Amino acid sequence: MAGTAWRSAILNLLKQWGLSLYGKDKIKAQEVSQVVGALKKESLQPRTFTRGIHTVTLIPGDGIGPEISTAVMKIFEVAKAPIQWEERNVTAIQGPGGKWMIPPDAKESMDRNKIGLKGPLKTPIAAGHPSMNLLLRKTFDLYANVRPCASIEGYQTPYTDVNLVTIRENTEGEYSGIEHVIVDGVVQSIKLITEQASQRIAEYAFEYAKNNQRASVTAVHKANIMRMSDGLFLRTCREAAEKHKDVKFNEMYLDTVCLNMVQDPSQFDVLVMPNLYGDILSDLCAGLIGGLGVTPSGNIGANGVAIFESVHGTAPDIAGKDMANPTALLLSAVMMLRHMGLHGHAQKIETACFDVIRDKKALTKDLGGNSKCSEFTDAICQRVRELV
Amino acid sequence: FMHTRSCGKYDPPPAKYGGRHTVTLIPGDGIGPELLNHVKEVFRFCCVPVDFEVVHVNSAVETEDDINNAITAIRRNGVALKGNIETKHTMAPSVKSRNNLLRTSLDLYANVMHCQSLPGVQTRHKNIDIMIIRENTEGEYSNLEHENVSGVVESLKIITRTNSLRIAEYAFQLAREKGRKRVTAVHKANIMKLGDGLFLQCCREVASDYPDLTFDSMIVDNTTMQLVSKPQQFDVMVMPNLYGNVVSNVCAGLVGGPGLVPGANYGRDYAVFETATRNTGKSIAGKNIANPTAMLLASCMMLDHLKLYDYASMIRNAILSTMNETRLHTADLGGQGTTSEVVQSIMRVIQTTAS
Repeated sequence: MAGTAWRSAILNLLKQWGLSLYGKDKIKAQEVSQVVGALKKESLQPRTFTRGIHTVTLIPGDGIGPEISTAVMKIFEVAKAPIQWEERNVTAIQGPGGKWMIPPDAKESMDRNKIGLKGPLKTPIAAGHPSMNLLLRKTFDLYANVRPCASIEGYQTPYTDVNLVTIRENTEGEYSGIEHVIVDGVVQSIKLITEQASQRIAEYAFEYAKNNQRASVTAVHKANIMRMSDGLFLRTCREAAEKHKDVKFNEMYLDTVCLNMVQDPSQFDVLVMPNLYGDILSDLCAGLIGGLGVTPSGNIGANGVAIFESVHGTAPDIAGKDMANPTALLLSAVMMLRHMGLHGHAQKIETACFDVIRDKKALTKDLGGNSKCSEFTDAICQRVRELV
Repeated sequence: FMHTRSCGKYDPPPAKYGGRHTVTLIPGDGIGPELLNHVKEVFRFCCVPVDFEVVHVNSAVETEDDINNAITAIRRNGVALKGNIETKHTMAPSVKSRNNLLRTSLDLYANVMHCQSLPGVQTRHKNIDIMIIRENTEGEYSNLEHENVSGVVESLKIITRTNSLRIAEYAFQLAREKGRKRVTAVHKANIMKLGDGLFLQCCREVASDYPDLTFDSMIVDNTTMQLVSKPQQFDVMVMPNLYGNVVSNVCAGLVGGPGLVPGANYGRDYAVFETATRNTGKSIAGKNIANPTAMLLASCMMLDHLKLYDYASMIRNAILSTMNETRLHTADLGGQGTTSEVVQSIMRVIQTTAS
């Protein structure tokens, strides 16, 4: 960084820590080393910085969305995380020219804050507009879907040693939506693979591996059958691997990955793949650790936008009854904290959550217990207080 | 057009030469040759009236002469047993997968795989009994790709009414014949509305002709999630090509791995048998550690197809006895046995049972 950048960064951090270079609050040598250490650890990214508090757009969603969002906000407050929430609604509206879009205040908030947390959104069947998730994806060009899957110690599944991350290309591939009826009874669906999108996702996969201390990246493909399309994807992954020699790279057929995943998931680290394989594999891995109710997920977009979300449904049958499980949204929020560099708070909240699940005293119904959502949340808050 | 050939009315190619059947054998690459040699060994030991016509397919050359010879041989004999032929993707994209060429040329439209938990094999899930019927010729494996603009590749997935009806009909017929209760169609019709939508519609149409069987459908990502948490809920599953690839590999992994499950590719006039997960096994080739079970069980399926039921049962029972009672396992199942030891054990069991 340039000299002036260092100076303002140091001054900002001092302000954040309530210290000053002058007057009675003059800093001591020990505090200087604290600041330098913080500079080295925390990545300083351009964010909305009001006395060190980050503003995040919160989209509660539908069904159980509002209650689990409230739970997450409560836990964050107890953990004293420097997050300020800006709630927005993203129900699609029709803009000028009849094109469906998300409400402009939601878009403006996201563009300003860059970070978002989203609950489940319902896709009404006959509303005439495309799925909300699709709309968000297109609006913010969310090209990477990241799902870290790690076995939860308190929540028993037949698989105990899962610790992998699936990175799925989220804009093209088999989900390009281009289909035609050639003649009556013959349908053609087009799978689109472009060099640009493949490069972007491959780059992101290696960066993620580096930033999160992961040892290897595996490209999942079916280039023996889809020679040109998956071949292109594979080639771009290889090129990206050349640029990141410190991360191991290998390639594996989709069927081999599926076969080995259910026998020994511990052999996998970071997996990168096109859209369809990513959809199937990320859900497969979610199933290994306990389902969508406990799996976090993040979507990375262009221009530094990142939206973290819970991937389960809106569960309209239990909405409003204080029965929902906020774990998925909470873990996604933890992922968000890590993305923002707030590792300390992330660790605290995550540990509290896992401890409560391991204790088994206050689990929601889907985790095998009998407690209400509020009781589960309170248990986590209590644990957070103990950990502070 | 409704495909009405029932599995029961099938007549195997006549045993013209002294009451012996001739079967095409394609060794393939990797562990294929050694496993097929063991099959020949066991057949010789049991005096099975089958002669193998061996056709080699060289995966390193670009011309399609070898695979065309193999296809002609299969047309002549009607039945084949094969190892997997490697697809080198360092070669140009115009050099297509040999296995795929074989399947499409012979129109082997149904890939059938029966995954059963074996008592002698340690797995995380128990009591699995799933039949997977996978469309084998079209879908994502249509080999239609082009690059109109540099850096933009389009790959076509073709779904046709004819083939979807055909595979659905096959699935329901097989389910009824084997006394199964439920058929589940696996799809992604919420995203690929026209393509998988057509497939699903065809399945529903065929289902209405089989009121004795329950029909339901499930989206492929939910299916994989259910398979790793509660695989016992599935009975018979039918699906297009790519999802079939994923689901069959997941199921094979659930019951113990690629070395255990045999697979069959059926067409109207031809049948080709191989291991279900079609692995080349390059890394374990020639080391005498491969699991011969899958290939041997595939050869038993072939014998059933030729209506040589007694030989099939004899060999199958010996295999299962070695697996479940003697518990002689190869390395992939966590055991210490070599391939030849397992095969010797199987032949010993056959000898003691026959005498």
